[in-house]
Amino acid sequence: MSRSRRAKLQVFRVVTFVVAAIFFLAPIWFMFEFSTRGNGENAARTLDAWKAIGTYPDLVAGIVASLELAVITSIGILVVLVPTMVWVRLRLPRLRRIVENISLLPLTIPAIVLVVGFWPMYQWIGVNLSDSILTLSFAYAILVLPYAYRALDAGLAAIDVKTLSEAARSLGASWFTVMWRVIVPNISSALLNAGLLSVALVLGEYTIANNLLYPNLQVEIVSLGRTNATVSIAVAVASLLFAFVLLIALSFVGGPRRARAQPQERLVQTFARDLSGGQR
Amino acid sequence: MTAAGNPAITGVGRPNVGGRRFSLNWVGAVPFLAYVAIFLFLPTAIIVGGAFANDSGFTLQNFANLSRPDVVNAIYGSVILSAVTAIGGAILGALLTYAIATGNPRGTFRRVVTSACGVLAQFGGVTLAFAFIAAIGPASALYLYLSTHGLDFYPGGDVFLYDLRGLTLVYMYFQIPLMVLIFLPAVDGIKVQWREATESLGGATWHYWRYIAGPLLAPAFLGSMLLLFANALSAYATAAALINQGGPILPLQISNAISSEVGLHEPGFAKAQAVVLIVIVAFVSVLYAVLQRRTARWLQ
Repeated sequence: MSRSRRAKLQVFRVVTFVVAAIFFLAPIWFMFEFSTRGNGENAARTLDAWKAIGTYPDLVAGIVASLELAVITSIGILVVLVPTMVWVRLRLPRLRRIVENISLLPLTIPAIVLVVGFWPMYQWIGVNLSDSILTLSFAYAILVLPYAYRALDAGLAAIDVKTLSEAARSLGASWFTVMWRVIVPNISSALLNAGLLSVALVLGEYTIANNLLYPNLQVEIVSLGRTNATVSIAVAVASLLFAFVLLIALSFVGGPRRARAQPQERLVQTFARDLSGGQR
Repeated sequence: MTAAGNPAITGVGRPNVGGRRFSLNWVGAVPFLAYVAIFLFLPTAIIVGGAFANDSGFTLQNFANLSRPDVVNAIYGSVILSAVTAIGGAILGALLTYAIATGNPRGTFRRVVTSACGVLAQFGGVTLAFAFIAAIGPASALYLYLSTHGLDFYPGGDVFLYDLRGLTLVYMYFQIPLMVLIFLPAVDGIKVQWREATESLGGATWHYWRYIAGPLLAPAFLGSMLLLFANALSAYATAAALINQGGPILPLQISNAISSEVGLHEPGFAKAQAVVLIVIVAFVSVLYAVLQRRTARWLQ
C-alpha cells in the first residue's frame, strides 16, 4: 500500500469513528444530562429526579413486574428448552431441524403482528385463568425463544452430549441426574448467556405489554413521560445502564474456555438478531 | 452353552427391540411442541383466520378496509421510512464497516467497536425514543441553547422529531450498527491479495472497486439492505413512544385497531393489517435468504 493511500485511509477511519462516536454516544449522554436537571433556568445539577423514582407507586409496580417477568421468562424458557434440545439430540435426531426451525420462527414474525393474535387469547386468559401481568411470561418466552435457542445450541455443540449421557446412564444415573449433574454443569456458560439475553429482552419489552394493556416497566416509563419527563428519563437511563451491565457481563461469558478465533464477535453475533421482534 | 442358543436369553432381548420400534421417545418433545402450538401457532392461526372473518362469518371486508386513506398513507409511510433508513443505514453502515475492517483484525479497538454495534443494534424502543427527545427534543439543552443563539431547528414550532422525519433519524441509530454486524463478515472475506493482483496487473483503485470488490460485495450489500428494510418495517415501540397522535406507519395503525384506546376496536381489521405486514416481511426475508446464499458461495 502506498504511503499517500495509507494516510488517506487513516484520515477516513479517524473521521468515520469520530462522527459515529458522536452520533451514538451523544443521545445517551444527553439522557444523563436531562435526568440531572434542576428546576428553572441555570439551576444546579441535581439527583432529585433519580431520588424521586421510588415515590411513584405505579412506576415501582412496573419495575417489580418487569423484574419478575424477566426471572420467570428466563427460567421458564430454559426449563422447557434445555431438556427438549438434549432429548432431541439423543433420541429424536429427525426432529432436530424441525425444533430449530420452530425456535427461530419468531425472528421473522414482528412483535406487533404476534400481539394481534395474542389479544383474544389474553382476553380469555384474563377471564378464565388469571389477570395477573405475570401471565405475559408465556408470550415473552416466545420472543426470547430464538435467542435462547441459539445460545444453547452453541453450548450443546461444544460438548459431546451423547457420550456424556451414555456414560452417566451406564453408571446408573437417572435421566434427571444426567440433565442436572452432567449436562447442565457442562453448558453453564451457555445457560447464563441464554438467561441474560432473556432478561435483557424482557426488561426492554414494550410492544406486547402496551397493546395487551399490561403496565410493565416500559409502559410505565412512557405514561410517566407525559407528566414528569425528567423522572421518566432517569428511569430510562437506569434501565439502559442495567441492560448494558447485562450485555457486558454477556461478552465475558463463555469466551476463554472455547478457543475460537474471535470469541467476542461470535457472542455478539448470537445476540444480533436477523429480524427485530422484542425491543423495537 | 452359547447365549445364541439359549431361548431364555434371546427372549429377554426381544421386548427391548420391540419397545424401541413403538418407542415413547417422542413424549420428551411434547412439552415444547405443546407450548409453541399454543403460543406461536395458535396466535398465527388466529391472525390468518380472523383476517377473513367478522362476527357473522367469512368476509373480505377487512381487506377492503385497507383502502381507507389513513391506512394507505400508513403503508406508504412505512415503506418510505423503511426504504430510506435501509438505504441510508446500509450506506453509512458500510462506510463504518470498511473503517472497522481496515484496522487490526485482532485489535482491542475492533473488538470494542463490534461489541458496541452488537449492543446498539439491539438498543431500541422506548429508551431510544427518550434518548432522542432528551438530545434534540424541544426541551433539550441543545435546542434551548441553539434557539436562543439564532439557530432554531424547529422553525415555527414544527417539531420534526415527532413525525416521520424524526423517526427516520432515530431508526438510523439501530440500522447502522445492524448493518455493521451483518455486513462485516462479507467485507472481512475480501482478500488483500485480490487488490495486490489488481495492482500488479496495472489496475487503479477505481478498477479494483468497480470490477473486483464491488461485484463481490454487491449481493451481501443488497441482502443486508433488505434485512434493514424488514427490520424497520416491523419496528413498533420506538415509533409508539415518539409519536402520540395518528398512525403514520402501519405498526401504529395495527395497534390503534387492536386496542379500544382510541375508540375503534376492530379486531378483524387489525388482523388484515397484520397479514399485510407479515406478507411484506416474509417476501423481503426470502429475497434476503436468496442473496445471502449467493454471498456465502463467493466468500468462503
